[in-house]
Amino acid sequence: MSTLTYDVTAVRRDFPIFETGIAYLDSANTSQRPKQVTGAMLEYFEKFNSNIHRAAYRIAEEATVRYEATREKVRAFINAASTKEIIYTRGTTEAINLVAYAWGRKNIKKDDLIVLTILDHHSNIVPWQILAAEKGAHIEYVDIDDKGELRQEQFAALLKRGPRLVAFNLVSNALGTINPAREMVAAAKKAGATVLVDGAQSTPHQPVDVRALGCDFYAFSGHKMLGPTGAGILYGRRELLEAMDPFMSGGDMIKTVRIEGTTYHELPWKFEAGTQAIAEVIGLGAAVDYLNGLGMDAVRAHELDITEYAYEVLSEIDGLTLYGPPPSRRAGVISFAIDGIHPHDLATIADRDQVCLRAGHHCAMPLMTRLGVPATARASFYVYTQKEEVDRLAASIKEAQRIFA
Amino acid sequence: MSTPISADDQFYREYIIDHYKNPRNFGRLERPDISHEEDNPLCGDVVGMDFQVKDGVIEDIRFHGRGCAISQASASLLTERLKGMTLDDAKKINKDDVIGELGIDISPARIKCALLSLKVLKVGAYGLADLDEE
Ligand SMILES: Cc1ncc(COP(=O)(O)O)c(C=O)c1O
Repeated sequence: MSTLTYDVTAVRRDFPIFETGIAYLDSANTSQRPKQVTGAMLEYFEKFNSNIHRAAYRIAEEATVRYEATREKVRAFINAASTKEIIYTRGTTEAINLVAYAWGRKNIKKDDLIVLTILDHHSNIVPWQILAAEKGAHIEYVDIDDKGELRQEQFAALLKRGPRLVAFNLVSNALGTINPAREMVAAAKKAGATVLVDGAQSTPHQPVDVRALGCDFYAFSGHKMLGPTGAGILYGRRELLEAMDPFMSGGDMIKTVRIEGTTYHELPWKFEAGTQAIAEVIGLGAAVDYLNGLGMDAVRAHELDITEYAYEVLSEIDGLTLYGPPPSRRAGVISFAIDGIHPHDLATIADRDQVCLRAGHHCAMPLMTRLGVPATARASFYVYTQKEEVDRLAASIKEAQRIFA
Repeated sequence: MSTPISADDQFYREYIIDHYKNPRNFGRLERPDISHEEDNPLCGDVVGMDFQVKDGVIEDIRFHGRGCAISQASASLLTERLKGMTLDDAKKINKDDVIGELGIDISPARIKCALLSLKVLKVGAYGLADLDEE
């Protein structure tokens, strides 16, 4: 499917929220959800609501089958080798915390080096800071250049110091930078590091193949890819997951429990303690189906088209500074600042025109410090974004400039 | 399409923009009796105030900071009100006074911006606990 045949109007019909008249430019924060996703969840609530893995009656079997079906959909979507490598979590944050706890506590030792990047989201910084403080390990951050792209020569130099762990996001949520992840993972693996890739902003927007990527762990959130909140994924290579202890413990993750001790369930359930987010996981499966229906190449092409358009429109506004790389090397995210107008004031004015715009530090305070700004305004795009919404943003910006003139 | 915002727009009244662009009592005092600064990490707003107090009266006041129009205009307006006021009266200033003075509809998302300067006044000058806990 090429951008010429991509029918954004038809896509938008699947998203009832657009009937409210909003221009939604905050999909990097959380996406909207199509009827197919909410419908799948509603069907569970109305037709086979019950707990999974436990009951002998038919609706519970149906719930279990649908819940587990998402695992295979996700496996195929990211091309993992086995459904045993697909762990349900609440989202990226929980997935990374799971690794920091269950892998990190066993494998990170005193004086070990952890390499992160200045582009990382707090959820891929704070868990490692806590672990490093606990273990006496230390963290280095790969810096960016003027275009907002990681300084690869600095990364190479850090790899020479033999880091135990390298973790970075494939796409930056704050700048939209698409990092050269394959090359970075290959270099980090060669240096002997375990590698975690934060896929929160890549999985929704471009084809992903974790085996081609070659990473050990890959984390993402369902709610940024048309699914509901509360369901996300940790992919982990099987041998690493097998060797890890559980993260949370309790019901469902056990094989046998005796007073003398407990044996754990096999993968992937070893990491899924307690009653799970059943409807949400089913919704995530429907989201994967929906994205497959569009085709991830078509999704990327559509977003590139919108991003190039937005880049052009915003570039023409006086007093507007764009951050980050050119559209071909960024995802559908544009961070910018306007002379003399704080991003929050801009967002408030845009909101009055029903334009949903993010303003703030985007959970990337180290990056904001690096850029020397307290906050930026950010517009982000997805499968349903149309150029008219970008035009409305431009109109809001000009209105803000008139008010603040 | 978007509805244009009129000149007497509820949110960004002219005097808010005026206080933002031409803040009153902006700067630092040489030898303040009280000096305190607060920030709002979520949006990066910063407001600090220096007070010169004599016989229980705020004789002079300056504020410094950066951030959105709401936080800075609110600080500017507050210093105008505080100058010459007794500490006892200053103590009685509350959230509603500050928001009333701004004279605009403040959405829940922007309340923290509007009240940052009041927090500086309360925490700094009176050592009161965080406003949020009130
Ligand atoms: C790059 C990146 N990593 C991690 C996260 C955290 O995702 P969640 O809040 O869904 O756990 C986000 C979400 O904003 C993100 O953009």
